[in-house]
Amino acid sequence: MGWRQRQPDHFMTQSTALRLTGLSKRFGSVVANDDVSLTLEKGEVLALLGENGAGKTTLMNMLFGHYLPEAGTVEVADESGTLHALPLGHPQAALAAGVGMVHQHFALAENINALDNITLGSEPLHGFRRNRNSAKAKIDGIIERSGLNAPLNVPVGRLSVGERQRVEILKALYRDARILVLDEPTAVLTPQEADTLFDNIKAMTKDGLSVIFISHKLREVLAFSDRIAVLRHGKKVGEMATADADEKVIARMMVGADTPKVARTEMAPGAPVLKLSSISVEGRAKRDTLKGVNLTVNAHEILGIAGISGNGQSGLASVISGLAQPSAGTITVDDQDIPKPSPGAMVKAGIGRIPEDRHHEGIVGAMSVAENMVIERLDDPAIQSRGLLKRDAIQANAEKLAKAYDVRGPGVIAASRLLSGGNIQKLILARVFERSPRLILANQPTRGLDMGAAAEVGRRLLEARERGAGVVLISEDLDEILGLADRIVVIRDGNIVEAATHDREQIGLMMAGEPT
Amino acid sequence: MMDLLNILMTESFWAASLRIATPLIFGVLGALICERAGVLNLGIEGIFVVGAMCGWMAVWLGAGLWGGVLVAALAGAFFGLLHAILTVPLGLSQHVSGLGITLFATSVSYYTYRTALPDVSSPPRIEPFRALDIPILSDLPFLGPVLFQQTALTWLALLMVALVWYVMNRTALGVAIKAVGDNPGSVDAQGLSVYGLRMGAILAGSALMALGGAFLTMSAFDAFFFGMVNGRGWVCIALVIFASWRPGKALLGALLFGAFDALQVRLQTEMGALVPGQVFLMAPYILSIIALVIAARSADYPRALLTPWFKGQR
Repeated sequence: MGWRQRQPDHFMTQSTALRLTGLSKRFGSVVANDDVSLTLEKGEVLALLGENGAGKTTLMNMLFGHYLPEAGTVEVADESGTLHALPLGHPQAALAAGVGMVHQHFALAENINALDNITLGSEPLHGFRRNRNSAKAKIDGIIERSGLNAPLNVPVGRLSVGERQRVEILKALYRDARILVLDEPTAVLTPQEADTLFDNIKAMTKDGLSVIFISHKLREVLAFSDRIAVLRHGKKVGEMATADADEKVIARMMVGADTPKVARTEMAPGAPVLKLSSISVEGRAKRDTLKGVNLTVNAHEILGIAGISGNGQSGLASVISGLAQPSAGTITVDDQDIPKPSPGAMVKAGIGRIPEDRHHEGIVGAMSVAENMVIERLDDPAIQSRGLLKRDAIQANAEKLAKAYDVRGPGVIAASRLLSGGNIQKLILARVFERSPRLILANQPTRGLDMGAAAEVGRRLLEARERGAGVVLISEDLDEILGLADRIVVIRDGNIVEAATHDREQIGLMMAGEPT
Repeated sequence: MMDLLNILMTESFWAASLRIATPLIFGVLGALICERAGVLNLGIEGIFVVGAMCGWMAVWLGAGLWGGVLVAALAGAFFGLLHAILTVPLGLSQHVSGLGITLFATSVSYYTYRTALPDVSSPPRIEPFRALDIPILSDLPFLGPVLFQQTALTWLALLMVALVWYVMNRTALGVAIKAVGDNPGSVDAQGLSVYGLRMGAILAGSALMALGGAFLTMSAFDAFFFGMVNGRGWVCIALVIFASWRPGKALLGALLFGAFDALQVRLQTEMGALVPGQVFLMAPYILSIIALVIAARSADYPRALLTPWFKGQR
């Protein structure tokens, strides 16, 4: 009788590679994961979806032993398919059980080569000789089977982001990972690189590798996963076969409601607002360097700047906001030459900026929400007279704006660093839009925001465009650009090329620098 | 001009350069190991004093010369351990901790010396390391006096350059030390101990620094006196940047400094009537500042240098 009862159980474990049961984790008063259970079949690709802060990364860090859960178990199948409970909180144990994790922020040492990064920790440290040849042979074998190619003998600091990503995965496979966890693997890749990566992963699942990948890009989730699990506020709220899913269903599950579709009306562009003529910037790094850029932004127009990160976007943003001095070229705003660009001159000329790093460049965290809201117009007589701030006026202004822009938090006199990322962004939007700028520089305006807050940013940008402002939208999220921009240019290696298309494939190729 | 050439032609000049460079070789290698692992060790100046005092005192108490070397290394490692505990698991400021250790180690050394010898007016002498007189080789013209009439500690220093180079570039341990100084997360993700590697590197590095001090009392001179380290530790901190954290270039830097120092002593006697002696005394330091300014502009610092790391935090 005992035998009969056990049989179905045994039958099930034959193909189950991983089982998480009832995992819970809290950080202080925040519940990051609440009773999450999940199974992964052998050879399956499971997509783990959810908004920022939904608890995806926390869940995977518990699986890998970086965090210790308050409740729940993790079971991993051994080679024969029998599930064993994993001791929690020990990355070593997870590695030994065949779980490999590729972090969103690469865990690579840049001063040593790929081979050393891959073998790090798998050789005893007291050995006086290394067997590099056998390590290299093993890695070459993995590269051949998986198609994940990367130069092994060059310091990792000199590899491209795509190559580093492949080194990270090779690291896991070298440790004989049977379960691979990828945390937002395509965040830094071009669409083509992403597709190649998933093709390689698909091929490896044929050999029995099981994969969980975290993403919030619905497109790649639908294209490459077998099954989808959705987390919201730390709970698992849904699970489905990818074949049965579509974008609308998933999005609703992630947000808990239908996302407001950003309404976008066609609009004829007006007169040029901003003109950059052969602007060059000699930056310290590639991301700060521009090489003779010509760019025109018109009124009633959103210009999307597409490109892989680090190709001159920060240089462009610095020039437009007056932080960097171009070494050549001219800038005109509304046909007025700006002879000496400086942040002050650009603000005066009517440029509002939504900076890339909203925590450090967008606000002064130690100052109150109210003070941050007027920080760009301290010379306004409504704000101060004879150098003394009008505190009542500042506070009244803040309360009005907080209401209009839905800035939530512990109140307008609280320090602004206490706000969440989404609310900090709303504070910045309020400050920028209140001045009715002629041109808005939006640098990665929705990075790290959840879908609701991101939609709100998009709506405000479209509103400004309707009012007659020009908008420069710099984003690494091509879908965001495709959804909002009237015109798209591609930035690569400090050069700007007109895309003259909204075709994702073609723009992707231009981003990668391949002839179209 | 002829004088300069004459000086550069003499055997004694080159022998002196190597002798002066020896404590710097130990010190710069020690600093290099610490910094490769991501920890600046400004305790170096004090650890030099500790090494000089402990090595000398052990010999004076009858431990034998190599016993003294061992005692010096252990004493250095002890103060290294202190720095390691403060900066690695506790993650305190490496600058503050290091300077504190220099003050503490220096004072403790002087205090111990005075307590042990309250009444002496002239420092007691020990029998220091003698020049190794290697048959045949030491009779070679020029090379003989320069290379083969040095003491055993100079040879140990040169051996250490080779050993540190080998460990850093050819062993798994060296790879792990370099990785932990660049991105501790990479080491942790592979299941190695960040704390273990960093603390171990500081201990080993500090022991080497103490040997630099021991050379002063046990080879260059034969007694311990106040102020004898005289900024050599700080010079090593500069040299390690000049060397861009490479053992081979560290040797080169130490030899260059040694050569400048040997040169200034000789120029002082030759031209002392024309130029005040202090100018020559300054010369090696000024030249090392100039060399540093040139080298440091392109210096490729270990990325995680000065950055503490805590488990479970990104």
